[in-house]
Amino acid sequence: MSAADLTALLPIIMLTAFTVVVMLTIAVRRNHWVTAALTLTGLAAAFASLAASASVAPRGVTPLLVADGYALFYSALILAAAFVVTVLLYGYLEDSDGQQEEMYLLLLTATLGAVVLVYSRHFASFFLGMEVLSVSLFAMIGYPLDKKAPLEAALKYLVLAGVASAFLLFGMALVYNQVGTLAFAHLGSMLQSGRYAGSPYLLAGVALVVVGIAFKLSVVPFHLWTPDVYEGAPAPVTAYLSTVSKGAMFALLLRYFMQADVYRSHHVMVAFSVLAIASMLIGNLLALLQNNVKRLLAYSSIAHMGYLLVAFMAGGTLAVVAVSYYLAAYFVMTLGAFGVVTVLSRRDRQRDADHIADYQGLFWQRPVLAGVFTLMLLSLAGIPLTMGFLGKFYALAAGVQHALWAPVIALAVGSIMGLFYYLRLIVAMFRTAPEQAPAGLALVRSSPVPVTGALALTGLAVALVWLGIYPSALLDVIHSTAAAFM
Amino acid sequence: MILLWLILVLLIGGVLAWLADYWYTPLCRWVSVATLAVDLWLGLRLWTLSPTNLALAANGPWVARLDWSWIPSFGIHFHLAADGLSVLMVVLTLALGLAAVAASWTEIRERVGFFHFNLLWSLAGTLGVFLAFDLFLFFFFWEIMLVPMYFLIAVWGDQRRIYAAVKFFLFTQGSGLFMLIAILGLVFVHHQATGVYTFDYFQLLGTHMAPRVAMWLMLGFFLAFAVKLPSLPFHTWLPDAYTAAPTGATVILAGAMAKTGAYGLIRFVVPLFPEAAHRFAPVAMALGVAGILYGAMLAFAQTDMKRLVAYSSISHLGFVLLGVFAWNLLALQGAVMQMIAHGFTAGALFIVVGAIEERLHTRDMGRMGDLWTRMPRMGAVGLFFALASLGLPGLANFVGEFLVLLGAYRVDVTLTAFAAVGLVTATAYALILVQKVFHGQPREQWQVPDLGRRHMTVMLAIIAIVVWLGVYPNPVLDTAQVAIAGLRQPVATVSSSGHKS
Repeated sequence: MSAADLTALLPIIMLTAFTVVVMLTIAVRRNHWVTAALTLTGLAAAFASLAASASVAPRGVTPLLVADGYALFYSALILAAAFVVTVLLYGYLEDSDGQQEEMYLLLLTATLGAVVLVYSRHFASFFLGMEVLSVSLFAMIGYPLDKKAPLEAALKYLVLAGVASAFLLFGMALVYNQVGTLAFAHLGSMLQSGRYAGSPYLLAGVALVVVGIAFKLSVVPFHLWTPDVYEGAPAPVTAYLSTVSKGAMFALLLRYFMQADVYRSHHVMVAFSVLAIASMLIGNLLALLQNNVKRLLAYSSIAHMGYLLVAFMAGGTLAVVAVSYYLAAYFVMTLGAFGVVTVLSRRDRQRDADHIADYQGLFWQRPVLAGVFTLMLLSLAGIPLTMGFLGKFYALAAGVQHALWAPVIALAVGSIMGLFYYLRLIVAMFRTAPEQAPAGLALVRSSPVPVTGALALTGLAVALVWLGIYPSALLDVIHSTAAAFM
Repeated sequence: MILLWLILVLLIGGVLAWLADYWYTPLCRWVSVATLAVDLWLGLRLWTLSPTNLALAANGPWVARLDWSWIPSFGIHFHLAADGLSVLMVVLTLALGLAAVAASWTEIRERVGFFHFNLLWSLAGTLGVFLAFDLFLFFFFWEIMLVPMYFLIAVWGDQRRIYAAVKFFLFTQGSGLFMLIAILGLVFVHHQATGVYTFDYFQLLGTHMAPRVAMWLMLGFFLAFAVKLPSLPFHTWLPDAYTAAPTGATVILAGAMAKTGAYGLIRFVVPLFPEAAHRFAPVAMALGVAGILYGAMLAFAQTDMKRLVAYSSISHLGFVLLGVFAWNLLALQGAVMQMIAHGFTAGALFIVVGAIEERLHTRDMGRMGDLWTRMPRMGAVGLFFALASLGLPGLANFVGEFLVLLGAYRVDVTLTAFAAVGLVTATAYALILVQKVFHGQPREQWQVPDLGRRHMTVMLAIIAIVVWLGVYPNPVLDTAQVAIAGLRQPVATVSSSGHKS
């Protein structure tokens, strides 16, 4: 392995090294602040090393991994999101009894898995990254061992992850059995030869892989675990699960489809249309019925995966650009929304601040916090001045360009349905505050927001508006990665 | 730059008004007044600017223009421009903004700063719609103006405010999404023909496309504008929203925002898709006439005073729809005139309703009666605007409706005849309003003060404008005429080239 190869993998190496460092630090002495600071340093170092990797990109390292602009862009996104979640976690766990430090360790390993995922160009590394990510997430979800809901959620997630892995492995095996390779690009060239057209085993293999990924992305009808896990997990972990885990998976899906040229398969694309339309309509429909903010955001994330699939199905440069921008927007607004839930919650409370009633009148008591939440919700609804609008614009543009009329119409209808429940939450914040704050939350609501949380939310809000109004810088980066990727 | 300042002044003023609330609450109102006064002055200056020959593709007197690159990869520009039509709409919006602030002076007592922030920002969005010449930017403003208006209704409205606010938002935002799809479709059709991605209005004019495609895209635009206007089958949000909103917001909704729908029809639907619009014209005109009659009928049946005025708006804006799709000079001038006249008279009527509601705490006309003796000034003002609303010659609405009918007559006699019946029905609901509220037997003994000095100033100013436009409408008609001539130009060339082939 040459120096250039190591440079290309520097972000992964950094994350691994800091995982070990954090682990040893915890072994020597437990200190919440030190652990969090070390984790942040590790993430920042990995982020900084992206620049070094960029100097040698694009470069394939072993048949498994590739450090190209695409991988670096998504690594940057994942690392930034992990950074924000760490900051939120600190405020959430601070002042609580029990062990807080291992959470950061798990967060680092999960991030490592996610970064490996976006570097993958081979089924083997895909599977490795996914397992590292899922196993860490399982422990993060069930971290508050003294509460029932997180344990239940963790168990559900474990079962789901097992099922998804089984599907994936079986699918990979079938593909390998037919084509004799597990590398994406090689798959693509083999398929192009046309020798495998109509092979039922290959189609079944691809279908099983898609099902495994769909489970992870919680696309309808593979979404049943999502609301329970979202509700049960601690708020910052939900934020992480919703962004990093799904984002990495989506990035991988796009790379797989582009390089293995699965777009040529008519059957698969029809299946994706059905998945996308079902996700947008059913996700939004079920979100209408929720009174729990976390569940509501869970269903909304199902719908957003549907919107992303519309952009994804278009294929070509515009699809890469649209998916990348949309994911960036989705990261910012989802982290922001769960961030607000987080800063109103504490680890040692009976439950997180996740009922709509908890937000009644928030605007008149905490105008800035409620303002940030309003911004995030408007962005999720796709209202201009925010990244969410441009994301939806790009998704629609990709869909219209490729004349995917049914998904495009479903996107419009889904967005209209989405407005209902986002507005419902906004209206709640602008109502008159109740005489008595909900029990247990009164203290949190009147106590000041943790400085860390305030910083994170401010940063997210600024990014949301700035990149929503002036996206050229981000779009330039995305365009260059997409160009290199094609 | 003046175009950018028109919008920026409102945005900055809105923030200042909000901040002023933390310091000294009554100051917010004065900040709003000052902001709007400055902006109105800018708007009037824009009107007096001589049309310069800005090198724009479509002919027409463009008084100002601003073009910055925004999202280059998609050919999106921050492109503002103004011709006579835009200028008239801008001035109307700002004048009504001042009236709205005055009307909310004593009505809004809670969260005053946030109210004025939303008021000014919704006006800024509305101005943006009138000035944007990049379709992306246009859509941007189109959506932006909804959010503050949503808050105005949802926070300060009456008991049904949340239902009304959500309904308003869903209708307009939802239909807007279909317009966005149509915009994207148009851009990609243009891209296929020329290989250039652009959202620029002037470059997209005259894009060649198959008739079927043009029809679908045109319908996408039409849907958004028809909801906003509103046209008949899409009007159900209007009575709820207009009634539930606080007076200031209703004035802006009915006076200025509804005009963005009409403006969109004139500016975008017909020039961008001339042939499709021509084929669609009979349907649209029929919808307009249906709106005129249906709105008038329902207005007549109301017991709630505010709802009556709201339904009368549907009726009045039916004339605009009729005029736009008749698409000749007279009808278009009439449509523009009707937009302005309706803006002022409906705005004023809503202010009267608001003032009565503020005093009586009811809008039920069954509990009123003989209010003239209690509030003679209110009665006189109410009568004047009721008469203006029914189209009394010598007042602004008459000019608009008359020109529309004259223009539409050349296109379709039958429809015009039905539309003319609308003038009679308007008399019925306008007079029933005056009769039930100001005359007849007093149902309850109200002891209430008459209109105050501030309200009277606003009312007299609007009366002066309505009389001026009714007696001497030439300044407006002339300004509109050149703009309309420019708008009709591309239509003429396209249809003539169509004949040749």
